[in-house]
Amino acid sequence: MNSEITDIRAGETSWEQASREQAGHKFDWRRLIALVRKESLQAMRDPSTILIAFVLPVVLLFLFAYAVSLDVREVRIGVVLESDSASAQSLAAAFAGTRYLKVTPARDRREIADQVVSGKLRGFVVIPQDFERRLASPVPQPLVQVITDGSQPNTANFVASYAQGVVQNWGAGRSGGAPTAAIELEPRFWFNAELESRRSLVPGAIAIVMTIIGTMLTALVVAREWERGTMEAVLSTPASVVEILIGKLMPYFVLGMIATLGSAALAIFVFDVPLRGSLLALLLLSAVFLIPALGQGLLISAVTKNQFLASQIALFSGFLPSFLLSGFLFEIDAMPTWIQAITYLIPARYFVSSLQTVFLAGDVWAVFWPNLAAMAAIGVFFFIIAKRKTRKNLED
Amino acid sequence: MSAHTAIDTPRGRGKDAPAVVIESVAKHFGEVQALRGFSAKIHYGRLTGLVGPDGAGKTTLMRIMTGLLVPDGGSVTLAGFDVVKDNDAIHIVSGYMPQRFGLYEDLSVMENMRLYAQLRGMDADQHTNIFESLLDFTRLGPFTKRLAGKLSGGMKQKLGLACALMAKPEVLLLDEPSVGVDPVSRQDLWRMVQELTDDGMAVVWSTAYLDEAERCESVLLLNEGKLEFDGPPQELTDRLKERSFRLTGVSDERRAVLSRALNLGTVGDGVIQGDSVRVVLREDAGREEVDALADEVGAKLEPVQARFEDAFIDLLGGGPGGTSALAERMDEVKLDSDIAVSCLNLTKRFGDFTATDNVSFEVQRGEIFGLLGPNGAGKSTTFKMLCGLLKPTEGEAHVVGLDLRRATGAAKSQLGYMAQKFSLYGLLTVKQNLEFSAGVYGLEGAIKRERIDEMIETFDLKQYLTTSPDALPLGFRQRLALACALMHRPPVMFLDEPTSGVDPITRREFWTHINGLARKGVTVMVTTHFMDEAEYCDRVALMYRAKLIALDTPDALKRASRSDKHPDPTMEDAFIHLVESADMEDQARADAKAAA
Repeated sequence: MNSEITDIRAGETSWEQASREQAGHKFDWRRLIALVRKESLQAMRDPSTILIAFVLPVVLLFLFAYAVSLDVREVRIGVVLESDSASAQSLAAAFAGTRYLKVTPARDRREIADQVVSGKLRGFVVIPQDFERRLASPVPQPLVQVITDGSQPNTANFVASYAQGVVQNWGAGRSGGAPTAAIELEPRFWFNAELESRRSLVPGAIAIVMTIIGTMLTALVVAREWERGTMEAVLSTPASVVEILIGKLMPYFVLGMIATLGSAALAIFVFDVPLRGSLLALLLLSAVFLIPALGQGLLISAVTKNQFLASQIALFSGFLPSFLLSGFLFEIDAMPTWIQAITYLIPARYFVSSLQTVFLAGDVWAVFWPNLAAMAAIGVFFFIIAKRKTRKNLED
Repeated sequence: MSAHTAIDTPRGRGKDAPAVVIESVAKHFGEVQALRGFSAKIHYGRLTGLVGPDGAGKTTLMRIMTGLLVPDGGSVTLAGFDVVKDNDAIHIVSGYMPQRFGLYEDLSVMENMRLYAQLRGMDADQHTNIFESLLDFTRLGPFTKRLAGKLSGGMKQKLGLACALMAKPEVLLLDEPSVGVDPVSRQDLWRMVQELTDDGMAVVWSTAYLDEAERCESVLLLNEGKLEFDGPPQELTDRLKERSFRLTGVSDERRAVLSRALNLGTVGDGVIQGDSVRVVLREDAGREEVDALADEVGAKLEPVQARFEDAFIDLLGGGPGGTSALAERMDEVKLDSDIAVSCLNLTKRFGDFTATDNVSFEVQRGEIFGLLGPNGAGKSTTFKMLCGLLKPTEGEAHVVGLDLRRATGAAKSQLGYMAQKFSLYGLLTVKQNLEFSAGVYGLEGAIKRERIDEMIETFDLKQYLTTSPDALPLGFRQRLALACALMHRPPVMFLDEPTSGVDPITRREFWTHINGLARKGVTVMVTTHFMDEAEYCDRVALMYRAKLIALDTPDALKRASRSDKHPDPTMEDAFIHLVESADMEDQARADAKAAA
């Protein structure tokens, strides 16, 4: 045994000096490669990484493509037919015939009113007894009464305007041409609305996926090293802070890019979202978006050294803002001014608008350049703070 | 050795220069003063123990020496480099194994070693001989492909050591390397460290186990951030020459004798050691009082070798007295049967892993029963089944005659449970913790108020009633935990590693209470990894690989392991002996099977 130890201790002096010399360098490729290799092995072996990077995006995309729809379909309403005239019946048939409404017919409004109260119906349309007279009247008179459930304002609005649309359309059909009243219809209800919403949601969902991988996963894996005590061991080696940080980020950058490609493929081939721009532009946009996403994750993990806290902060500062304030689900123009101002600080805002452009419009570099610049600027800002906050010791 | 000359030459340092120079180093975290400004030197070619209870400042000093923390005052140089100014150099000349070993659990043994080799600037492919000799040295050769997370505590520790030894550090710093490691693996580690120091390396080993100090060539003894002693451990124990005695032949009365001895003015410290009582006299005290006590109880008084722990307690001015105010107030426990706790063919399987395998034993009323074993041996699982926290897969367990499977609730009301690390609620005040425990155990109205007041008075908690338990001194936190577990006067107590991380004086007080309770007929079940604490037990059950491999009195276990090498074995020697013979039996059985 002793001879073996002598082997370890004595060694070859030349090697030792070489290794010491090398160890003294501030930046060393071999150390970086060792760290990247370690991180990649860990990521590949950790089932939760695979879950977050590959399964979650698929689930999210399916969710946004099918389950979440900003368009209203099959709204349950009642149609109370109080008049027996032929034209009244033909109007009732027009209501029953549209795929956006699911009609419960009735003869008396009392039958229906209870169902609106209990929430089974979202509203009802009354075709009154004197419908024929109103229709024939030279002075335009309201033809029907629409009652809606105001506790769900969006749906109520939809029912009201849609009912109006049906009546106008029916009227137009009867008089054979121009509509009776000069009310513009909201085209959204009429032109394949379902596909329209999916087309803008799916590219936006890619931004959410990238935020999760970039910010959440990075914050978690760094916090895990602190929790398990491995960070302490690595800090006690000659590896520098820059090497440790880059070693952490590289594998997740690659992972993020792979997830982007996967999501894009899913969007194009499964959800029929067109990619009107170039793949190159898509990749460039994603790569630049990963700078602030990873930087934010790194900053979170530099501030908290605990996985639970890191995931909570990542959720509130990364995931939720890119979900709510990026214009992905809710239009930024419709927000109060001061919230609009905040959205300028959210990197996902620039990414969502770029993604929607590259998918639905094409390579509009006039849109891309300012967005790229904004994302890069926010990213650099995060990195500078993260680097300042991460010291090569355990001091807070 | 060449390792030194390579680095010595440029620094122009003599061979006798110290490896580490600590110069009035101070460090505080917020209000807490972790290091209170002391100086010391650590030398090459020696194993230096950094010894002290939890919270003494060991880890803080370790981290300062590795350049991971910056001292507030004073300075530290390691191998001639200042830990702050030459921070980069520190990481090159030192090897550091943090607590929990700093291993990547999802990487294999080899991948961990390669990572740390490369981080330390070694080319793994060019230096296969170094890898081979390290694997040989740590005996990890057959396990290179195994994931580090799947290694046993002892093997993890060896791998951590191998990683810290990459690129030949001059100073090796091991932070609590023996925590979570069984005595057999601990033995291996001592051997390895010995070889390294023989070769000129400076090795610093931090530990809360005072018995480990005796194995070090030099010791820095820390307590509450102060350096209490610096030198060879022998020097400290020599101060106690002719002050340590053993009272033998008191077997049945040993708890009463200890209690009386501790109440003597001339006795500074005392513990139970199997069948006998061990006492340490105060400085300059005569032995007359102890002699008189020995005569009175018919015991024989013989001088014994002083231990490091004796010396430590002496240094801190002696331990607490021998009377437990708590036990004084308790009524004698009466049970219908003499058997307080029993289990028969107790088995617990998690999937295809058997954690407890066919364990049977009976515990008498008023007995202190110890459950010992290496980590992962199944003692916690057995313990949890006995107090109704886990359902057995097979077999049965009874507490005071109640079947734990059927009458879990009734059985639970008959036992007091004190979990590891005290498990108190930090967001509640001391008073609220007491009220909560009383409520949980179903105490109400006048009785509830009475018991709470009684506990406050017995344990002297009045001054802390509105404080959070987290802010209490350790000793008071332990008292509060005991009070909470005992509020409902249970006839049986379960204590899960009650003294881990607790300083020896607080441990003495704890055992005074436990001894007092046992004398009142309370049955005490205890798990511990302090081998010398097993000596307090009437009987000890040793678990290894899910099986009960030995069950006897501490003295009988020690006697059975007596050999030429260990004529007077300690509890730890007995433990190692039993585990090794269990291994050999397994091996023999496997061989026989293979032959058949």
